[in-house]
Amino acid sequence: MNPVVEVNNLSKKFKEIDAVTDLSFTVYDGDIYGFLGQNGAGKSTTIRMLLSLIKPDNGSISIFGKGLTENRNAIMKQTGAIIERPDMYKYLSAYDNLSIFAKLSGVKGSRKLIMEKLDQVGLADRSNSKVKTFSQGMKQRLGIAIALVHEPGLIILDEPTNGLDPQGIADMRNMIIGLSRNMGKTIIVSSHLLSEIELMANRMIIMHKGKKMVEGKVAELLDPSNSMVQLETTDDRATFKALSNTAWAAKATLTDKHIQIRLGKNEIPALAESLHSMDAKILAIRPRHSLEDYFISLTNEQTDV
Amino acid sequence: MFNLLQIELYKISKRPRTYIAFAAITAIVVIFQLAFKADGKSYMDLMLQSVQDSFDIDKSKAINGYFMCYIILNTLLIQVPILVALIAGDAISGEANMGTLRLLLTKPVSRTKLILVKFAASVIYTIMLLVWMAVMALFLSLLIFGADDMLIFRVKGDESLILQITSDDIMWRYFAAFGYAAVALTVIAALAMLLSVFAENSIGPIIATVCIVIVCTVVSNINVPIIDKHVKPWLFTSYLVGWKGFFYIGTTADGEPIKGSLENWPAIRNSLYILAAHILVLLGSTVVIFRRKDILS
Amino acid sequence: MLRKSILLPLLLVTVTGMLQAQDINQLVANAKAKLGKVNDYEAKGRMKTNVTFLKVPVANVKVYFKAPSRMKIKSEKGVSFVPKGAVSINAGGALGGNGYTIIDAGTDKVGNTLVRVAKLLPLDENSEVVLSTVYIDPITSLILKSRTTTKENGTFELEMTFSRYAEFALPDKVIFSFNTKDYKLPKGVTFDFDDGSTVTQANKEKQKKGRAEITFSNYIINKGVSDEVFR
Repeated sequence: MNPVVEVNNLSKKFKEIDAVTDLSFTVYDGDIYGFLGQNGAGKSTTIRMLLSLIKPDNGSISIFGKGLTENRNAIMKQTGAIIERPDMYKYLSAYDNLSIFAKLSGVKGSRKLIMEKLDQVGLADRSNSKVKTFSQGMKQRLGIAIALVHEPGLIILDEPTNGLDPQGIADMRNMIIGLSRNMGKTIIVSSHLLSEIELMANRMIIMHKGKKMVEGKVAELLDPSNSMVQLETTDDRATFKALSNTAWAAKATLTDKHIQIRLGKNEIPALAESLHSMDAKILAIRPRHSLEDYFISLTNEQTDV
Repeated sequence: MFNLLQIELYKISKRPRTYIAFAAITAIVVIFQLAFKADGKSYMDLMLQSVQDSFDIDKSKAINGYFMCYIILNTLLIQVPILVALIAGDAISGEANMGTLRLLLTKPVSRTKLILVKFAASVIYTIMLLVWMAVMALFLSLLIFGADDMLIFRVKGDESLILQITSDDIMWRYFAAFGYAAVALTVIAALAMLLSVFAENSIGPIIATVCIVIVCTVVSNINVPIIDKHVKPWLFTSYLVGWKGFFYIGTTADGEPIKGSLENWPAIRNSLYILAAHILVLLGSTVVIFRRKDILS
Repeated sequence: MLRKSILLPLLLVTVTGMLQAQDINQLVANAKAKLGKVNDYEAKGRMKTNVTFLKVPVANVKVYFKAPSRMKIKSEKGVSFVPKGAVSINAGGALGGNGYTIIDAGTDKVGNTLVRVAKLLPLDENSEVVLSTVYIDPITSLILKSRTTTKENGTFELEMTFSRYAEFALPDKVIFSFNTKDYKLPKGVTFDFDDGSTVTQANKEKQKKGRAEITFSNYIINKGVSDEVFR
């Protein structure tokens, strides 16, 4: 598996607000990589940093093995995106819109090619209609045509199902899966719905308040036998440091309130033993039933605030 | 780069607002022409008030196409900045508002290039406006009113002057004046563009540009020595009317106009330098700011 | 008035006696007779206007005259500023009609020529002319200079140079000086380009006097002039 996107220690502040803090993750060739998080979790900021719309304060992004800052144009030639709503020039026709963005992406955009691409998203018969007459779903399809017209290897979709009806959501999902399976594209897709990510993505990251909570294969993360344990000790920071030298390191994350560890229920005694051996004063070990519970708990936490 | 420019121009050409400006110019010019056709003599009487006591003047000859164009430009060039702002102020902010900016900026085109192309498109639009103005105010007026010598009524310091330029010495002055106006309006375009970078809808930068122009113009026209000396030279609006310099014909010691001459070319040239400097600074700032900008729209 | 009427004849007698010259009335009559030779003419000329507020080019003009006093100056092409008083440039205006009292005002010099000076006071109270002073060359009976004060158009002065058409009393060159009001543009009609030049004090002083200079190239004399041109 070749890494397509490698992000290391990425941080971004807007004034005093930490939008993204010390974020690292890797997306591999052929992945459908799900970005899950509540509104304000930092998904959009991260995606915009990947697309060079926002400049990171710290950290590095490399795509297709090249640094984004130095090779922006070369990378963007191979990247397609829909960012939030699929907005385009409303006063222009579907044909004009696609033709313009094809040219901007460095594709010649012959009439034949443009019509072919419009046909693929079922808009060939509306090619001369102005976009302002389009429904949300039609705009979404045109947005996809624009994102794909230059045959990019990496496709980044920020909340692509926002504002779509259930049928539109299903179509979008099927298309994303098709692009990955049939055409071998690498796709990053963000959503605030776990169910959606679960249905499309093979790997995922959960973000909360600008930080990575968990990252891994969707199948493993959502395995019912796997559970999330919230661990509270008298000194979480010291405990986390001690844990990082053990086999638990890969599974543990430090948050503001506790340490969370992803593990099977049957592993809890072993964890307790390890903690005891490193002289950690345990205040609580709280198992959560599944990733879904965990994600919901994050949601509640946010709504509580 | 040319490809990009083509795209920008295509987008501008497809927007209804682009044609508002052309329609506005047409309306203003035609109203002027009708008014002068109907009652141009009254205007001449007003301008020639005291002179008519001492001189016989053939007023119908004085109201000709060249004169009409001058009168129209005199009024119109004060309003045109608004029309230029309408397009240039929308260049970035309009895309931000529509949501196309973020898509545009994920394309393999550098932001510097994008600004330069958008700026070039605004300048071309401005030039098209001026060409249209020339067609309407100059050539149509010549068609309606004919060509003859042109009288320029001028206030110089606290002196009023009437300059007469012979009909064979006028056309080049108009070309030069339109050229100058293009440079002056490019400053407006650059200003509107800079403001456009900060906004996420086009109303803000358009209104801000117009306000800046109005405030500076008003200050430019406060005839108080301290402002004349210390403030006026620093306001770009003081140089917007510099196109008139091409109609201030040079004269001999005893007041005879010298054909093909300008009274004060160095002043016009300096104004052009100052305007060009404004363009460079405004455009440079736009590029620097836009390159650093986080796109959140 | 009484004193004047006593003094003037006295003065006249003295001056006439000193110069031992022609009777002034005779001289004026001679000059008038010379002018009378011309019934009409059409002349081409170049008019140069010199007024501080007026920057106009030299105009090619045509001058039309028809006895007794009709005159018209037309620009051949372009817009022209014709000084209003200039219609009397052949001095016919000054000598026109018989209704005036001639007063001998002695001698003077115009250029290098010794001249007799006559003051003409119109008898008609409604006359536009208040007073004319003419400077006549006693040898040629040509009026070399005149100064006319009018009710409406102020005072203007003519200086004439004769050579080719001297026998018809038609000048080759006329310098017409006149008073003109200061020109002021109505406020607020122009937004002017201020190029930083300032007005000098000297310019302001000069602003009251205007000059028009017409140099004639050729006359067509007594060949008839259509009444149309005077409209």
